[in-house]
Amino acid sequence: MIRTALLVAGKDLRVEARSRVLLWQVVPFGVMALLLSGLALGPQRAGRSDAAPGLFYLVVVLVALLMINRSQGIERAPGTRASIATLGLDPAGIYLGKVLALAVELWLSAVVLLAGAVLFLHTALHGTLLALPSVIETLAALAAAGTLYGALSAGAATATLLPLVALPAFAPLLIAGERSFVAALHGGALWEWWVIVTVALVAYLGVGILLYGVLEDS
Amino acid sequence: MKALVDRLLGPVTLVALAVTVWLGLWVTPPDVHQGNLARLVYVHPALAWVALYLSFGTATIASALYLWPRTRSEVLDRVAHCAMEVSVVFIALTLITGSIWGRPTWGVWWAWDARLTSTAVLGLLALGYLALRRATDDAHVRARRGAVYVLLAAINVPIVHFSVLWWKTLHQNATVFTADRHLLIHGIMAWTLLVSFVAFSLAFAWLLRARYRLEASRGAVADAVVERALDERRREGVV
Amino acid sequence: MDTGASPAVTLRDAVALLNDYPLLSGVTLDIDAATLTVVTGANGAGKTSLLMMLAGLVRLSRGAGVVAGVDLATGDLRELRRRVGWLGHEGSFYDDLTARENLTFAARALERPLDLVDPALERVGLASRADSTARRLSAGQRRRLGLAWLIVRRPVLWLLDEPYASLDDEGRGFFDNLIGDVVDAGATVVVSAHDPLRAARLRPRTVVLAGGRLAGEPT
Repeated sequence: MIRTALLVAGKDLRVEARSRVLLWQVVPFGVMALLLSGLALGPQRAGRSDAAPGLFYLVVVLVALLMINRSQGIERAPGTRASIATLGLDPAGIYLGKVLALAVELWLSAVVLLAGAVLFLHTALHGTLLALPSVIETLAALAAAGTLYGALSAGAATATLLPLVALPAFAPLLIAGERSFVAALHGGALWEWWVIVTVALVAYLGVGILLYGVLEDS
Repeated sequence: MKALVDRLLGPVTLVALAVTVWLGLWVTPPDVHQGNLARLVYVHPALAWVALYLSFGTATIASALYLWPRTRSEVLDRVAHCAMEVSVVFIALTLITGSIWGRPTWGVWWAWDARLTSTAVLGLLALGYLALRRATDDAHVRARRGAVYVLLAAINVPIVHFSVLWWKTLHQNATVFTADRHLLIHGIMAWTLLVSFVAFSLAFAWLLRARYRLEASRGAVADAVVERALDERRREGVV
Repeated sequence: MDTGASPAVTLRDAVALLNDYPLLSGVTLDIDAATLTVVTGANGAGKTSLLMMLAGLVRLSRGAGVVAGVDLATGDLRELRRRVGWLGHEGSFYDDLTARENLTFAARALERPLDLVDPALERVGLASRADSTARRLSAGQRRRLGLAWLIVRRPVLWLLDEPYASLDDEGRGFFDNLIGDVVDAGATVVVSAHDPLRAARLRPRTVVLAGGRLAGEPT
């Protein structure tokens, strides 16, 4: 399972590094979305850092939806799907590999978006750096959940179906992530939000390892 | 036996609901603090019970059994589908009755309270399930994906249940029993509450049965369509 | 050649449904091990669907079948897929990976020795394009890369869906020779094609599909 996971993650990351969709399309979209959210709030309120954590995670969720679609789309061409299916890879390994690759892509995006939050939304640098571990864990949980929901919605209607099925499931992660970012910026208990994200991460990983094969076969 | 249940379920449900209405509106006294507004307690908790536990629970169990190869069957997929449809309706009714109670009590139709928000999220998850099924043409794929989706969505049910304990919320804590099982409601109010739970549970069973029969009929029609398609396909090969 | 379980194919009244449409409407067919079978028929007859069923990529809806020792109704289809090699007429690779990277991925996935990769590219005439991404290969070169993929994989059952499409005369000749070598080495090969195979050494059995099932075998 681990060997397959590393193989699949390596392949996904190599495809991404070669195609540079993340670098030239998704991250610029994220930065633009962050700017637009600041514009929507207006100059007075955009500069207040209490809106920033929520806006940061909202943009992260939009970026995650694009990257989940991309992750599933790597094998979407019918011939590719058939050829890869005949390799008979362990589905739990495929799941973990895709989660790992997606998590790395989200972490890289988050670095840019956090810098954007400091620059455009005036979050304190020290607090933002304190929030980094919780951001990393929350994005890992998003990757674990998103990979599952991406496989669930794979098919002709993915672009419109994925947000509908995934966003309600992302909501608790969004809340926990935002609350822990606020706690890092302004003080407060971080641990209870850590617990929620950790439980969600473990739950999604467990379900994915057990059931990804069912989704692959379908 | 099955025919007897089919014949009696509807009338018994209607009688139970009628008794609930009678007891709730005429027999029970108004609450000391909330007056007649408190009569919603004979509707709202029972709706929530059906939405979160009975229908979502039925869908979850049916989905888990469907995914296990030994028990996999079309019947379980249909049960899960129908139960989730009923769940959507009851979640909506739970939120509506909650809003009706919340407006005079909290001053707003909606509050970003943990219990309300998590229930609304559960409703969206249930809607997502229906959208997922509509978007998937192949019956086998639809059944498998639906089953996995329900199991993922069910993770949220304990979050809804414990939300009033984990977070400071506007929504009250346990209304019927304390943590050490002491009854908080007494006399005719307690009996009316019990009748309401029974009545709405019967309503769930009635709706589920009706919806299942419709789905089974659709399945029979689909089977006939397949047979016709097979005949036509075979005739293509005849010179 | 990796022989694994028996490569024989046995189908009895096999039906495959997709969204209630019968791709296959009752195929009864036996294929012996280490043989070459050509499946012909008009467009829409079910040739691709038959090969996909043999690959475990399309589900058996009714009837019975055993392919490469795996029961199509009750067996582990993932295990079946590991035993077969599929060459479709659509692109089969990761467009952003090079020819060599695609084959290396397949070799690692199936735990085959990595030193099979370069000889396979050499065999199909793609050694000079080993470091080109699959996106930059022509249709004929992609078809050759698909063959290289199968050479690395060494399956017991080769399923080739219209392999001659996009091949020039030289390519077709090369293909016929390769099929002959593969069958001589003990693999079972099933090819769907509109045109007959031309190499004299190949004596395929031919089956004709019509309306999703066998129409009979020409003599």
